[in-house]
Amino acid sequence: MAYDKLIFELSKEGKKAYRLPPLDVDDIDVEELIPEEYLNKEELDLPEVSEVDVIRHYTNLSNKNYGVDTGFYPLGSCTMKYNPKINEDMSRLEGFVNLHPLQGEDCIQGSLQLMYELEKALCEIAGMDRMTLQPAAGAHGELTGLMIIKAYHEKRGDSKRNKIIVPDSAHGTNPATAAMAGYKPIEVKSTDKGIVDVESLKEVIGDGEDIAGLMLTNPNTLGLFEKDIVEIARLIHDAGGLLYYDGANANAILGRARPGDMGFDVVHFNIHKTFSTPHGGGGPGAGPVGVKEHLVEFLPTPMVEKDGDRYYLDYDYPNTIGKVKDFYGHFSILVRAYSYILTMGRDGLKKVAETAVLNANYLLSQLKDDYYLPIDTLYKHEFVLGGLKGDNLEATTLDVAKRLLDYGFHPPTVYFPLIIREALMIEPTETESKQTLDEFAKAMKEIAEEARTNVKLLKEAPHNTIVRRPDEVKAARNPVLKYEG
Amino acid sequence: MYPYISITPEDEQEMLKAIGLASVDELFEDIPEEVRLNRDLDLEESKSELEVRAYLRELANKNCSLDQMTCFLGSGAYDHYIPSVVNHIISRSEFYTSYTPYQPEISQGTLQYIFEYQTLICNLTGMEVSNASLYDGGTAIAEAALMAAAVARKKDVIISKSVRPEARRILKTYAHIQDLNIIEVDIAEGVTDLEKLKSLVNDDTAAVIIQSPNFFGLIEDLEEAAKIAHKGRRTSFIASVDPISLGILKRPGELGADIVVGEGQGMGIPLSFGGPYLGFMAANKDYMRKLPGRIVGQTEDMEGKRSFVLTLTAREQHIRREKATSNICSNQGLNTLAATVYLVTLGKEGLREVALQSTKKAHYAMKKLTESGKYKPLFNKPFFKEFALTSDIEPEVINKKLRDENIIGGYDLGQDYPQYKNAILYAVTEKRTKAEIDRLSSILEGI
Repeated sequence: MAYDKLIFELSKEGKKAYRLPPLDVDDIDVEELIPEEYLNKEELDLPEVSEVDVIRHYTNLSNKNYGVDTGFYPLGSCTMKYNPKINEDMSRLEGFVNLHPLQGEDCIQGSLQLMYELEKALCEIAGMDRMTLQPAAGAHGELTGLMIIKAYHEKRGDSKRNKIIVPDSAHGTNPATAAMAGYKPIEVKSTDKGIVDVESLKEVIGDGEDIAGLMLTNPNTLGLFEKDIVEIARLIHDAGGLLYYDGANANAILGRARPGDMGFDVVHFNIHKTFSTPHGGGGPGAGPVGVKEHLVEFLPTPMVEKDGDRYYLDYDYPNTIGKVKDFYGHFSILVRAYSYILTMGRDGLKKVAETAVLNANYLLSQLKDDYYLPIDTLYKHEFVLGGLKGDNLEATTLDVAKRLLDYGFHPPTVYFPLIIREALMIEPTETESKQTLDEFAKAMKEIAEEARTNVKLLKEAPHNTIVRRPDEVKAARNPVLKYEG
Repeated sequence: MYPYISITPEDEQEMLKAIGLASVDELFEDIPEEVRLNRDLDLEESKSELEVRAYLRELANKNCSLDQMTCFLGSGAYDHYIPSVVNHIISRSEFYTSYTPYQPEISQGTLQYIFEYQTLICNLTGMEVSNASLYDGGTAIAEAALMAAAVARKKDVIISKSVRPEARRILKTYAHIQDLNIIEVDIAEGVTDLEKLKSLVNDDTAAVIIQSPNFFGLIEDLEEAAKIAHKGRRTSFIASVDPISLGILKRPGELGADIVVGEGQGMGIPLSFGGPYLGFMAANKDYMRKLPGRIVGQTEDMEGKRSFVLTLTAREQHIRREKATSNICSNQGLNTLAATVYLVTLGKEGLREVALQSTKKAHYAMKKLTESGKYKPLFNKPFFKEFALTSDIEPEVINKKLRDENIIGGYDLGQDYPQYKNAILYAVTEKRTKAEIDRLSSILEGI
């Protein structure tokens, strides 16, 4: 049966999907409890469906989705690794899930201990001194980090520093965050080898008096390790600025290198990338932020501390930037991350990075005959191709991506980073087998062959999906943002 | 071998050969010697599933979960009933293991439920457009203030002291980086002092923010506050609401709100020690191209079939970089699904019934708890599901005693409002029974 309804189109008067116990207190008319002027006199504009309708509707919708559990998802920079099932179970333990955030401290010792131990583990992995678990996501971590950098300069009375340097290969969140934090983002160019151009950086820094800091992803969005990092850190620090580490690509260096040792002052991790928690169709993730000793005083409150064998929430940070989020962060996501760290341990986490890098470089070796490789070098966890190889090909990166859907794969990230034309950014992650990588490479090669011999197949792709190239221009020109009946 | 790593030692050798390297170490030769970690991380060794499970269970058991306790605590996070269907749907891994729906052809499931979510939020709040959600109720207020300030090109944001204190703290943190001035309006008898509000609104006012029901559970006069706010030039009136209360209370869209935000945790999302929750944001059409975060729109595919895509992306960081309306990248994906399933499961009658039962039980509890005169209502105003009581006994003493009786007592208001020392804010949802309320009452009487 083809399924193409909205839940509103299933509604029928009189249907119900719920049942509450009968009211067991005095049934006083609500008009006697709350003045009429505040009460809604109309019926609610919500559907009426049965429980079977609900389950069937959303089960059918789930079948229109593609997840990591469905198949290979090499979406560059998103680290779509497998989401272990034990993590889900642990996050749903009664003691974690049915716990109110404002219960007394003696009632929440287990949660506080978990946060305390997770913070310690993340600090060790990052090479930082303390970490706040409060930020909700990577972008939120970036914002928190820049707030901390701002507070640091302000406390020193250093008010001229109004610029944040961002490489031209950076994620869009970096310049957006800098602007949101009240800074002017300035771009530093990459070399033709894809890494920060140190000479260009020196020019951008100038006399350095207005530089608040630099945001850097390492390995960067091309999947390349910024090998001049020590020099970059020295230049920024000499200018009086601070270094921010965007942890989007931290999966590549677990147990092999640490941002703290590279000279970064502030770090965020994307828990939903590196530490295997599910992406959830766009969230919720978590973006803890770590700092070195000289920035600890600015961290958001509360922090979890330990006194003897008692854990407590510490609000005593007079120079804190304040709160960035309700309560203590995305706790149930943090439970999943800790479950993962315990499972993998020091040996497993290192193996994660090694295998992620091995998989990426292996896959690259299988693709570079058919796809253009702008920078031929050793990559870390991901690599960026510049579209199909060959002259006068009509097929674009978008066509390749859409054709991959017919082969049953999630396409790579496309047209990012911006500095590579026709970019195809591929991140296989460590959880994929050689068989899967080989199957993907085979599909990519077949598509390259199709581009040469039967380009129509690509131009009209996808052929097998439930919808085909929905019209995004129309959606933006005539926005229909809700069901009108 | 590790269960989540699928490369065998034999694969590894073959793959290294294909790359042209002799060892895994060579894969990391681009990392300068001086920043390599030449030791093991100071963490424990890897563990089996049984060991991890046992340890985390031990931690979970150190908490007092609401399965063993009766909860009368609210203050921004509520113990509402979650229908079984919610967890079953959000546990479908096609939903939870997918990412932001960049490829619409294989993401129609996510895109359609977000479209349904946007519709439900608009219908519930009486607004024209909704985004695909924000991190939580607190950051939603901050994002709304930043949006209003950007639209008006003004810096003054007025917020009532009856707005949840933690949300105000978050707003202050955000305001600092954009040089916004936060002006707090006093409260009179538990609600926003509208006379004072009147005296504060002027042509520099970017936004007025009121919460209703407010932190004390009291219903604010949003309609009057909106009128006052609109005396300012291009001033946005922002209402923060409890979506459950909209089962019976007037929709803020009909009361003059320009932007409606709120915490959606009550809609099918577990307490989970504070997160992840769900921030929602809906607004008038004028704000459509200024909203932060993801938005889904309806369109047609090559064959004219109804389909859904991420839209109005020219607002967003991945397209606009430093000119984006916000840096937000993710939404609360899976939690919007939970809220969607919750709202359609309860439906037209159910949400109203949840709201009615909550308010009737809360009113019963207020009456019961104040009967003897030992505990007095702090305010005498219409309320929804929370109310504050004051007495001569310190909240700490009361809550300690309740805890010994497996009851989680209310919120000590003196923590945030020194003038309300010895006042406790109780929350009563539809889940509480008459027997539980009576028991609370008798224990309180015995203190």
